[in-house]
Amino acid sequence: MRNAFAQQITALAQQDPRVVVLSGDIGNRLFDDLKAKCPDRFFNCGVAEANMIGMAAGLALSGLRPVCYTITPFLTYRCLEQIRVDLCYHHVPVVLVGTGSGLSYASLGATHHSCEEMGMLRLLPHLTVAAPADAWEVRASLRAALQSQDPVYLRIGKKGEPNVHSAEPAFAFGQAIPLRPGNDVAILAAGTVLPIALATAEILARDGISAAVYSFHTLKPLDTATLADVFQRCRVVATLEEHSILGGLGGGVAEWLADQSQPKSRLIRCGTPDEFLHLTCEQEEAREHFGLTPVALSQRLRDALRTS
Amino acid sequence: MSPSVSSPAGPGQTSDLGLVARQLRLRLVQMSHAAGTPHLGSALSCVDILVAAYWNILRIDPSNPRDPNRDRFILSKGHAASALYAVLAERGFFPRAWLDTFAQHGAPLAEQPAPHCAPGVELATGSLGHGLPVGVGMALAARIQKRDHRVFVCLSDGECNEGTVWEAALFAPAHRLSQLAVIIDYNKWQATGRSNEVMSLPSLREKWAAFGWNAIELDGHDLGALTAALQSVPNASGQPTAIIANTIKGKGVPFMEDDNNWHYRIPKADEVTKAAQALGLA
Repeated sequence: MRNAFAQQITALAQQDPRVVVLSGDIGNRLFDDLKAKCPDRFFNCGVAEANMIGMAAGLALSGLRPVCYTITPFLTYRCLEQIRVDLCYHHVPVVLVGTGSGLSYASLGATHHSCEEMGMLRLLPHLTVAAPADAWEVRASLRAALQSQDPVYLRIGKKGEPNVHSAEPAFAFGQAIPLRPGNDVAILAAGTVLPIALATAEILARDGISAAVYSFHTLKPLDTATLADVFQRCRVVATLEEHSILGGLGGGVAEWLADQSQPKSRLIRCGTPDEFLHLTCEQEEAREHFGLTPVALSQRLRDALRTS
Repeated sequence: MSPSVSSPAGPGQTSDLGLVARQLRLRLVQMSHAAGTPHLGSALSCVDILVAAYWNILRIDPSNPRDPNRDRFILSKGHAASALYAVLAERGFFPRAWLDTFAQHGAPLAEQPAPHCAPGVELATGSLGHGLPVGVGMALAARIQKRDHRVFVCLSDGECNEGTVWEAALFAPAHRLSQLAVIIDYNKWQATGRSNEVMSLPSLREKWAAFGWNAIELDGHDLGALTAALQSVPNASGQPTAIIANTIKGKGVPFMEDDNNWHYRIPKADEVTKAAQALGLA
């Protein structure tokens, strides 16, 4: 995903002279092409993320389109007030790209995990919060972000994530992408867990359970039309994210659901629990530890259908 | 420079501007009294910095406050916003009558500035440590856009407690942002204590110089010295400029000077009268 980001931002920077890329001292060699093609519009801002966000606000207030890029916990947790005041309060079009999100860097410990940041950011007025699922969605969402007049947060993985799409999909923030039809269960997946959702649906299909799958890439604004549809049609609706079940996609959908008069479906929130990961492991093992595998999820959804 | 950006109002005669500064100070006392707002001592300490910048230095056009070629002035110590408002009104950015409703319900001028709340206000401040990073971004934008405008950011000494100030202070010299200047209103007080005791600020001049800035220390109530220092921006050395302006909190009103109670105290009617007398404006 990060290579797709680097290629796409290089292409977009060449098309739009307002694009300026700020990096928090990461991406060694990742931006060589950008630096060669747009040498005056790439800045390594050092290990000083809060200053980087403030600088981005100053660039945007001057009519430029800054894109800030660094590892998610340092871009988000450390800079919450800068994001809130400098970007959201001033309502400036700055794009924040957090890399290595969720449990991508599981082996580096919880300092490098981000399983709460979407919940935190989703609270901020004006901010669009999105988690593209693969390299194609990274390209599409980055283009959409640079066309938006709002500040945008894009949560991406690291490298080597499988592609779900075979080409760039039609993309708009707040409009989920349907990938598989189904009427018993709907799985709404945000981010790089989308292939897990598809594999879960495959397993359920073998048991005669029809599961719809959506790339529910945008947490804010929520695609309430799709929510209204799936909560009308399917007995169980599951949210899936590599993020705490508190505050993220599951939290957002639960809030929406609480405002509906007669919900017909049951909501199952699949994500990480309200705890830090202390297990020394890689991303796949961390997902397994938290039950974010097709086998575990299909079992959970079967049980939910049986008791709904 | 764009022809629509005016020259500074000055060069003002220092004696004339001294009167302007005294009138502004009385206005701030009256505003604090009328609105019941604190931070009067903080506002009074930065008046001369603002007068030197807005009358003698800044290339701004009050009739075209969004001109992309304008010089930027960020009052990062947003709790002193009344001083900025009074200066902007006096320079013609908006009617002086707006000052009469300062901080009142529904009025344009909030106690601390909101984004784009009034012509001439560049940034919503109030949370300390934001102005300089944003100012660095504005100076960087000027370079990218090949504009020659300058960016001035006024900080408080207490604000220099914030880590973001020093992050920005490290970045700007590395990129030779010579069109950027900070002015530190060094009144030796922060909200609840002597700033040199709360944190190890001395020597501010040496600290900024060590960070790579063209650091100048001066009397922050000397309009001539302030003007000369501000005129040196952009510095020919390529360094950004840091002006350490030694000031007195509550300056101009003897019973408020260097008394930190006036960080929060609000003057009563008889104190407004006494302030007017002390300022020679009764």
